[in-house]
Amino acid sequence: MNDLDGASNPAIETKLWLAQRISAVILALMVFVHLGTIMYAVRDGLTAAEIIDRVGGHLGWALFYGLFVAALAVHAPIGIRAILAEITALPRKRIDLLCFMAAVLIAYLGYRVVRDFYALGSIA
Amino acid sequence: MSDQMLTVLVWRGTADKGRYIEYKVRGLENHTVLDVVTYIQRYLEPTLSYRFSCRVGMCGSCAMTVNGKPRWTCRSSVSKVAPGGKLKIAPLRSMKIIKDLSVEMSEFFDKLARAEGRFHPTSNRQNDFNHVKPDSVKRRLASDGIECIGCGICYASCDLVAWKSNYLGPAALNRAWTLVNDVRDGAHRKRLNAVAGDAGCHACHSQQGCVESCPKNLNPTASIAGLKRVTAIAVLKGELD
Repeated sequence: MNDLDGASNPAIETKLWLAQRISAVILALMVFVHLGTIMYAVRDGLTAAEIIDRVGGHLGWALFYGLFVAALAVHAPIGIRAILAEITALPRKRIDLLCFMAAVLIAYLGYRVVRDFYALGSIA
Repeated sequence: MSDQMLTVLVWRGTADKGRYIEYKVRGLENHTVLDVVTYIQRYLEPTLSYRFSCRVGMCGSCAMTVNGKPRWTCRSSVSKVAPGGKLKIAPLRSMKIIKDLSVEMSEFFDKLARAEGRFHPTSNRQNDFNHVKPDSVKRRLASDGIECIGCGICYASCDLVAWKSNYLGPAALNRAWTLVNDVRDGAHRKRLNAVAGDAGCHACHSQQGCVESCPKNLNPTASIAGLKRVTAIAVLKGELD
């Protein structure tokens, strides 16, 4: 689809591909740590207090999940962009706009979670 | 398989208007699918359209969809591809049907040109011969993809081609990769620009349908991965437009 939708830009497309691959490497490592922590943390059951106790106010975890969110905000929209271009007849510019909005939304929602968990440390 | 009566369903008509017609053909032990189609055309259905030329797996003109898979019919033995004696023969996927089993392949070949699949010489007959060592890395990479016969089987087996009609496809990108590794070629940058982008190598999902179906046992997915690597390096060097 989108045959007559203008020539794509080789440099931009290649940079997006590269950005998606690099963010994939970051995510692969981080998901490993993330899942490992979950498996370790739930060994005696799972409580909100325990999570806040571990993550709240901890700068290391805030930076870790900050990078996690950033990698996700780069990785996912580029993939969605490719899928939309393949399975819908939407114009290229519309797809780019939708995916940019998805990136901003993922980054914003993720940032809020990281910020709020960090802030919870001062309450606990 | 001993000799047996084959039930052969053959696509007749065009994409818009057509259907499978059943023929009974006596199959012989050494029959190829092309032999069966030829028998039908000569003795049962003289108006059946199909394409073939060399009959020995060199020219790449006789590709058809056989029992759901794209194959070179001249080298596909009926006993291997249809052990039960039932054949369903259709034109190649992702190409416009001209009539019956003949497809319009110009889009496929245009894409070879669009991917800069043409050799751009850097020397002429006044120059000395280029010396390319057979065991050099680039020569080996080129050799891995060079035996393509342009049959279109990889193209028909590629889901991405079916979904995204401007995608250059495995054959064109494989051809470009052989030329990227040709040290005598002078259009390196132009070619990388032609194959980078959402209609080129970066669109490939590495599903490897092309690898699975290539009758010459080539690996277009590996060639496309090679293009992804070199274009990524090129963009970092500022060589892409």
